[in-house]
Amino acid sequence: MLKYTIRRLIFTVPVLLFISLVIFLLLDLAPSDPTGNLPMTVPPEVREQIRLALGLGEPMYWRYLMWCNQFFIIEPLNIIEQAWGFCWGDCENRTRVMSWATRSPVVDLIIERTPQTLWVVGMSYVVGIIIAIPIGVISAYRQYSWFDQTGTFIAMVGFSVPTFFTGVLLIVIFSTLIPTDSIFWLPSIYDTTHKVTDWDSFIFQIRQILMPVFVLALYNAAQISRFMRASMLDNLSLDYVRTARAKGMKERVVLLVHVLRNSLIPVVTVLALNIPHVFGGAIITEQVFKVNGLGALLILGIEGADIPLVQTLTFIFAILIVLFNLIADVLYGILDPRIRYD
Amino acid sequence: MKIKSLVLGTAAAFSVASMAIADRGSDGHVNIIYWQAPSILNPYLSGGTKDVESSSMIIEPLARYNQDGELTPWLVNEIPTVANGGVSADLMSITWKLTPGIKWSDGSALTAHDVVFTGQYCMDPAGGCAQSNKLADVSNIEALDDLTVKVSFSVTKPFPYGPFVGAEQPIIQKAQFADCMGAKAPECTAENFGPIGTGPFVVTDFKANDVISMEANPHYRDASKPAFASVTFKGGGDAAAAARSVLETGEFDYAWNLQIDPTILSQMAEGGKGEVISSFGTAVERLMVNLSNPDPALGDKRSTLEGGPHPFLTDAAVRRALSVAIDRNLLAEVGYGAAGKATCNVVPGPAMYVSTANDECLVQDIAKANNILEAAGWKRGSDGVREKDGVRLSILYQTSTNAVRQDTQALVKQWWSEIGVETELKNISASVFFGGDQSSPDTYQKHFSDIEMYTNLFSGTDPEAYMGSWVCSEMPMPSNNWMGNNMPRYCNPAYDAMAAELATTAAIEDRARIVMAMNDMLMQEGAMIPLIHRGRVSAHSNKLGGVVQNTWDSELWNVADWYRN
Repeated sequence: MLKYTIRRLIFTVPVLLFISLVIFLLLDLAPSDPTGNLPMTVPPEVREQIRLALGLGEPMYWRYLMWCNQFFIIEPLNIIEQAWGFCWGDCENRTRVMSWATRSPVVDLIIERTPQTLWVVGMSYVVGIIIAIPIGVISAYRQYSWFDQTGTFIAMVGFSVPTFFTGVLLIVIFSTLIPTDSIFWLPSIYDTTHKVTDWDSFIFQIRQILMPVFVLALYNAAQISRFMRASMLDNLSLDYVRTARAKGMKERVVLLVHVLRNSLIPVVTVLALNIPHVFGGAIITEQVFKVNGLGALLILGIEGADIPLVQTLTFIFAILIVLFNLIADVLYGILDPRIRYD
Repeated sequence: MKIKSLVLGTAAAFSVASMAIADRGSDGHVNIIYWQAPSILNPYLSGGTKDVESSSMIIEPLARYNQDGELTPWLVNEIPTVANGGVSADLMSITWKLTPGIKWSDGSALTAHDVVFTGQYCMDPAGGCAQSNKLADVSNIEALDDLTVKVSFSVTKPFPYGPFVGAEQPIIQKAQFADCMGAKAPECTAENFGPIGTGPFVVTDFKANDVISMEANPHYRDASKPAFASVTFKGGGDAAAAARSVLETGEFDYAWNLQIDPTILSQMAEGGKGEVISSFGTAVERLMVNLSNPDPALGDKRSTLEGGPHPFLTDAAVRRALSVAIDRNLLAEVGYGAAGKATCNVVPGPAMYVSTANDECLVQDIAKANNILEAAGWKRGSDGVREKDGVRLSILYQTSTNAVRQDTQALVKQWWSEIGVETELKNISASVFFGGDQSSPDTYQKHFSDIEMYTNLFSGTDPEAYMGSWVCSEMPMPSNNWMGNNMPRYCNPAYDAMAAELATTAAIEDRARIVMAMNDMLMQEGAMIPLIHRGRVSAHSNKLGGVVQNTWDSELWNVADWYRN
């Protein structure tokens, strides 16, 4: 298992390098211009100067190598230096990956926005899982009962109604119709400057993430509960379940120990593979509630043709996806002792 | 009614008066939302409206335009003119005298050296300054003493109020930005995110593309202002959500640029929590006619002078018919509501520059348009499309992707079909269309279409540079890397002569006369077909007072005077 993991890890290096090249080419060859969104009063000569100042005058391969240097060498160095507070060589004058729109280091922007994304999207994922697993189990155990039917209906609604609809619907109900002084009133705009320091500020944080988390959790729960139900149904009809019952085990033990554990194997894989999406943010929901997390950052970058930002962000997503694929494979082996990769 | 308004007016006057003696910061906190989030607080490195306007609360120019487009002294005591000796008689230099006693938010004094530095900062060619065109003909900027700065020009400048005037040209502090010149400019993240200014507010926290936290500047020149102790300047989301947060949920006090469906906006305003305000500047949504031939068969000569004239748009009758067939009032009503009105001029303001010679187009007249084409020899073919000598009136009409623009396209296409003109519609993502990518065939400079639509405007109140866009030498073509503003490829020596005359005329009445004549020439020769005079629509909560909408400068130009109702 260890050998397999190491082999896979080594193989990710060329894969990631290739991905970074593809991302770079896709972005660079696309007809998009960082000065395209400037007001029309800025004349073309000035735009050309801005483009040159951004380094667009350099040849393409040079810009790619620059980015590789900045991303693979300077940024890790910078993180290490900041963590231990020392300076190695010419640390003052190293150019980090700079966003074109904000003229600030991309990695700092990402770090600044990660908390709200994790609060909202991460929380919605956790809430989604907590709701989905019991629903999936009960739905499968009592297949075609009213509970199963209701669960199926809600899952269908959660999966098919887009978040930009549910989000705005919730805002209309909880932010507009309910008076602002009521305890049921919820803010429609996420305050990213809010810091949790005591009980009251924690309550405020809960209130402001309630609506976006609910919207996303509904969607996640719909998906996961269906996986859970299908997987449970597959296992419930297998021979070992009959054996367990024949041995006189309690129904509780049969269901929650034998069937559930085996049914979780494919579900855990799905969950692990979906974790990178948490970091990718929920672009639409973030936009609706002005969470301004990583998803919103990516969209802004794409609209403003901020190539270093988009390049770095998508590449970090690529790393996460490759990594969590590996984790899912390893988890599979751990959960099911019959699977061995060596 | 009269008594009521009198009472209200007196009450308002009293509340303003009481504000004047109130203490700085006595009105607590104010929330502003811009649905486009500011990315940087240094307008010299960005030029985006959101960045210019957010920074205008912190850093200030020497003079601003007020809500009527008049120059207003800001960091100086008076506007230099030839009459008061501030502008030299040969129109080659302007001398500004700073108001004594103005302090930066760190407590140090504002001096002429800061102004000189600001000019040098933007003129450094390695810095990629977004406002360098404002300093175009500046030959020298010098500090005559600590409070006097002289700007000299290399050519005569009848309108010398380009440098350091308006929200795009604020003064930055020399001490803070001294190490950020040229190629170093983009690396000064801390400076660009938190400039030290003379304005009413100071940045306490800046999260790029998200939110700015500010508090009152303790060294602001008026001891009783600003009334607000702190500001949250949130960005992100969309225009509808921003409108909702002011007009419906009341979470925010001011929302900027609410370009949304006019009926939705008025529905929101009916809630009574806030007020929609609009004002009109110089922005005009127009159709740019292509007078050169965009035929793809021409290859590299496409849409250039060498490619030859357009097969039918060079016929003035066709251009006039296209214009007369459009119902501009309906377009304004459908797409813009309070934010648009019909116009027949490319210079829609300030009032002294506005011509009335072209008002024929304000009223749609399909029959007249048909008659014009008929008289010019364009006969309807079997499919209803007019043609002459084998040339069909078939138009490719392009614009950027935007819901309102696509509605406009559809309506115009319908009207043109009624006069026997066939129209093919195309829309292009804004970052491509307005982007200058040489490799893309879809930029508005290349104009590989018969007609394209977009909005253009001039900043400030002087249209000289704007009118200069349509001289022959401004034509975009391969030899100048498609840079230039003359999208119609309009070339008329008489027009160029007027542009040259404008550049040497100082008296404001004469300038207005020339601008009007130039505008009329462009309109009557049909180089472009103006559609909508676009205003800016914003909203403020009923609890926020002192807002004066201004399209000539930053909307937040008088934020120091805002107060809590």
